[in-house]
Amino acid sequence: MSSTIPSELRYTETHEWVRSQEDGIVTVGITDYAQHLLGDLVFVELPEAGRVVTAAEGCAVIESVKAASDVYSPVDGVIVEVNELLADNPELINQDPYEEGWILRIKTSADMEGLLDAAAYELIAIDEDEDEEGSLTNSKLAG
Amino acid sequence: MPFIPHTLDDVRVMLDTIDVPALETLFDEIPPSLRISELPALPDALTEWQVSRLMTERAAELSQPLCFLGAGAYEHHIPAAVWEIAGRGEFYSAYTPYQPEASQGTLQVLYEYQSMMAGLTGMAVSNASLYDGASALAEALLMAVRANRKSKSKRVLVPRTLHPFYRKAVRSIVHNQDIELVTLPYDPSGGHTLKEALVPYAGQDFAALVIPQPNFFGVLEDVDELTDWAHRHDLLAVAVVNPTTLAVLKPPGEWGRTGADITCGDGQPFGSPLNSGGPYFGFLCCRKELVRQMPGRLVGRTVDLDGKPGFTLTLQAREQHIRRSKATSNICTNQGLMVTAATLYLSLLGPHGLEQVAAICHANTRMLVELLSAIPGVSQIFNRPMFHEAVLKLPHPASEILDGLLARGILGGFDLSSEYPELGNALLVCATETRTEADLRQYAEALAMMV
Repeated sequence: MSSTIPSELRYTETHEWVRSQEDGIVTVGITDYAQHLLGDLVFVELPEAGRVVTAAEGCAVIESVKAASDVYSPVDGVIVEVNELLADNPELINQDPYEEGWILRIKTSADMEGLLDAAAYELIAIDEDEDEEGSLTNSKLAG
Repeated sequence: MPFIPHTLDDVRVMLDTIDVPALETLFDEIPPSLRISELPALPDALTEWQVSRLMTERAAELSQPLCFLGAGAYEHHIPAAVWEIAGRGEFYSAYTPYQPEASQGTLQVLYEYQSMMAGLTGMAVSNASLYDGASALAEALLMAVRANRKSKSKRVLVPRTLHPFYRKAVRSIVHNQDIELVTLPYDPSGGHTLKEALVPYAGQDFAALVIPQPNFFGVLEDVDELTDWAHRHDLLAVAVVNPTTLAVLKPPGEWGRTGADITCGDGQPFGSPLNSGGPYFGFLCCRKELVRQMPGRLVGRTVDLDGKPGFTLTLQAREQHIRRSKATSNICTNQGLMVTAATLYLSLLGPHGLEQVAAICHANTRMLVELLSAIPGVSQIFNRPMFHEAVLKLPHPASEILDGLLARGILGGFDLSSEYPELGNALLVCATETRTEADLRQYAEALAMMV
């Protein structure tokens, strides 16, 4: 599966991308690879601005026709803004995951060096692609 | 779908396949302190013949008293066709089906049920049912706490006029989730929750207000006022209703200026007989905006590849088979059989039939109260309008009078003394459409002889 992995962004192993701005605010979304795996998104549950989050904490939920997944905060910080447009237009994440489909903004003093660069993230995506059951599609129907 | 148990050989093959030595090993993650190895209180197993004999003997001990007991479960006439149809093999399951390609009939019944409940309550959405009224209320409150983003407190206002068993069941379910229930007093003359009782809580942080209609005393609450108060103070309004009343009273979706947010209750009056306490079912309905916080099964209508209408489970990402520990609740099933009976009951009665049932219940209870309170020493305690239950003051303890009535073949009501000692010798009585005028007079004559 081919997907875009912009070189100027940072990434997490859980498929979030991170764009840093000068004022200590980072924008977070899910990668093109992740939106491909999830399929058509039908709902995004957004957190409230002002919430304090720690790295790897679940802070939003994205629901597609085949699975529901958490979005994990890539850094410690405070959520300062969420993409309200997603409430009515979750498909923005499918259409434009790196721009219009951003999910939230976090004010943080964390160092971006702890996150993956594009090359390292690409290796993870390739790895998961080879595994038939990618981690994002593990949610199956059961009793 | 037949139930086929595993043989010991099947189990062995499965364990070998996953390379696990014994079934026990699979339960390792449950701490030993939580596990019970023996159940000493359980007697030895009996044979089918022995069980059958025991039950026959016990059944013979049961009388068929004239029932004036309500208090949350009500004797109604159930048309014979209801259980004749619900008992058919095609419907005889409590479970919601995953495979729409094999289960269109069951799914359509659930969809029709949801449509009827949404219509009766005036709410946008109904789930496919929960276990009973009390657990439905607990789920409604968990839902309200999750959904009310203006509230951080996890506190809920619960009137003392709510069924005491509901208050206990709700407390059991929610207190481990740090939800605090704050009790509201009732007006001693009206038996309802006064707006003044809410005043001390204005400006404090609460997630929801519970509004029972009718309340445990049978009394009608000022639902419009209570709903509007809740909304004015950023609380969600959670309605607990007797579904029979919805044929004659304003549906919760129309309470106050904008309607209740969540409506729940026990569905027993719709086709479930009084089988020593169950099984019954709970219903849960809500506004559209809250649907993703709603627990339980939801059946939706859609079209297949050829454009033909069909039914399927929907919005399953809320549920634990998808979301695991982050699901809206651990409820992953419904009371399919009781709901099938309810759907048939409502279909057979129709809106007019249900309205007649509700009207006769009300008229019978009014007549009962009139007959009983004509007896010296007996009087009605609350002066507010009621539905089909009322509280009577007696000259002697209710328990003594109930024993005497039972000896005369009458199940006289619910003794309120342990739950509401402040009311003194108080008895909650009920007369549904199944009571005739002769029944009411029989009760009055029996009571007159005892007081």
